[in-house]
Amino acid sequence: MPKSPLIPRRARKFLQRFIQYLIFFIVAAIIFTPLVILVFGSLKTTGEMYSHPYTIPSPPHWENLRGILSTLTFWRLMRNSVILMVATTGGVVFICGLAAFVFARLEFRAKGWLINLFTLGLMFPINVAILPVYFVLRQLNEMGIHLIDSLVGVILVQIAFNISGNTMILRGFFTAIPVELQDASYIDGCNNFDFFWRIMLPLAKPALAAVAALTMIVSWNDLLVPLVVLNSERLWTLPLGTMQFQGQYGQDLALVSAFVALSSIPTIIFYIFAERQIVSGLTAGAIKG
Amino acid sequence: MQQFPAIPDSLKIKSGSGTHRQLVDNLIIVLFLFPALTLFLIFVAYPIFRSVYFSMFDWNGLGPAVDFVGLQNFKDILTDEVFLKAVKNVLLIIAFSIGAQLPLALALAVMVGRDLPGRAIFRTIFFMPYILSEINVAIMWMLLYNPDPDRGLLNAIAVHFRGGPIGWLSDPKLVLFSVFIALTWKYFGFHMLLYLAGLQNIPLEFEEASRIDGANSVQNFFYITLPLLGSTIKTSVYLSVLGSIQQFIMVWIMTKGGPVNASETLATYMYRFGFVRFKLGYGSAVAIYMFILCLIFSLIYQRLTRQPDYLTGL
Repeated sequence: MPKSPLIPRRARKFLQRFIQYLIFFIVAAIIFTPLVILVFGSLKTTGEMYSHPYTIPSPPHWENLRGILSTLTFWRLMRNSVILMVATTGGVVFICGLAAFVFARLEFRAKGWLINLFTLGLMFPINVAILPVYFVLRQLNEMGIHLIDSLVGVILVQIAFNISGNTMILRGFFTAIPVELQDASYIDGCNNFDFFWRIMLPLAKPALAAVAALTMIVSWNDLLVPLVVLNSERLWTLPLGTMQFQGQYGQDLALVSAFVALSSIPTIIFYIFAERQIVSGLTAGAIKG
Repeated sequence: MQQFPAIPDSLKIKSGSGTHRQLVDNLIIVLFLFPALTLFLIFVAYPIFRSVYFSMFDWNGLGPAVDFVGLQNFKDILTDEVFLKAVKNVLLIIAFSIGAQLPLALALAVMVGRDLPGRAIFRTIFFMPYILSEINVAIMWMLLYNPDPDRGLLNAIAVHFRGGPIGWLSDPKLVLFSVFIALTWKYFGFHMLLYLAGLQNIPLEFEEASRIDGANSVQNFFYITLPLLGSTIKTSVYLSVLGSIQQFIMVWIMTKGGPVNASETLATYMYRFGFVRFKLGYGSAVAIYMFILCLIFSLIYQRLTRQPDYLTGL
């Protein structure tokens, strides 16, 4: 019911929309400010960064960006990050896909207990676990399994700490696939492996894509595990390299801006293409229904 | 369908393949769970026990741990003012998040609503900071917070309006707030996303019905939307609290927990003792306190909601 009959309905609607958009544009401006400052900074010389730091770079100076892109270091960081991301994501999708199928579709005695165990993993996130994990890596080292200062070590730890959440997400998707399909496949002579391979996996492709997209982001952005596990500069990843670069050239804001801008670009491009998968993975992980 | 005589045969095959099926099922259970369980036990479960063991030693990581001190580390932590400061800061971040960040996210989600033209674009923009790496976001905000007004935008604004720069990251009274602003910038979009998904699940008829009954949009929000969004809000609070307890990279990069421990969090405190001062036994004890904190909070949450949304997946 119109509260104030003096203002026509359409005008009220228009006013409401206007305020909505106004607020949104303010929030969007706040979100873009750090990014724009960063891009501006990356297109300036160090001198310009001192004289007029927040203006539009005119003319744009591409020297810093070109300089970073022409170093071997940047591409090596990139390569290491890509290796980690691909291996961790592949591992997580494979391992969690298998486990989630068992938890969603098969009955066995220890099932409830195992699900509780995996759930407990959610309460032991890597930021809390990093020191304990480091102990275990050292212990494995003493046993002759060298995971410290190796990309394999980072990959295994990243996979291990992404198992709990992603298995739960996939289990939800797998449970949602109608039981009738499973029954029908039995009647057609499929066993549970055929059912998993021929029916479940093709149907679960969107879910697997969502989990993959989420894991790619987590692995690509991870700084803590590489920081603790890797020592050799040749193994550093992009976030780790960014941290070192910032420590080394912290005073040269233009150069740091250029580096951070360059290392953000792959993430933003990926986000634009995979937003749907990322969003559906996150909401499935957190929301019931 | 039409082969009636085949029925006894198919029954026979079914009972014959029953043991075969059982065998396949058992194989699937063992083989499919093996990789997940192995990695989980080695890198997630076992470390908990390992750190319980080391937490009872005074150990600098060189050579074997021999200096057994019992529960002394746990006692020392509780009497360390810096630890108490870290706990207080984490509680403050939680309070800020629930008091400011989540309401902001909820308000924006309600405004984005269902039918606003361009809602997809706004969602994309608002959520973007969440996918940027913590280190990059931390550096961006350090640029903004730069103490030199000729270089940091926020201090240029401060000079313009207040006549002097503000020690965003150097003033012990302000630093936690400054860090929180950066955290909000990065994380509010995630919570907005959760609320948007929750709003999508509320049947449109409810709001229409209450509108027909004469409710205005404010009443609509408080009596229809908010209660129906209850489980989403609980989930969002839960994730926000767990995230606050373990907050590390952004704080470590921006302030290292300083100045004078003013922005210390539990995770920076643990990292400092474990990886900077090499008091590994003490650091383990801190990790165990954090784990227990997460555990207690999760149990309370489950008890209060009876519906552990996040934990059951869908």
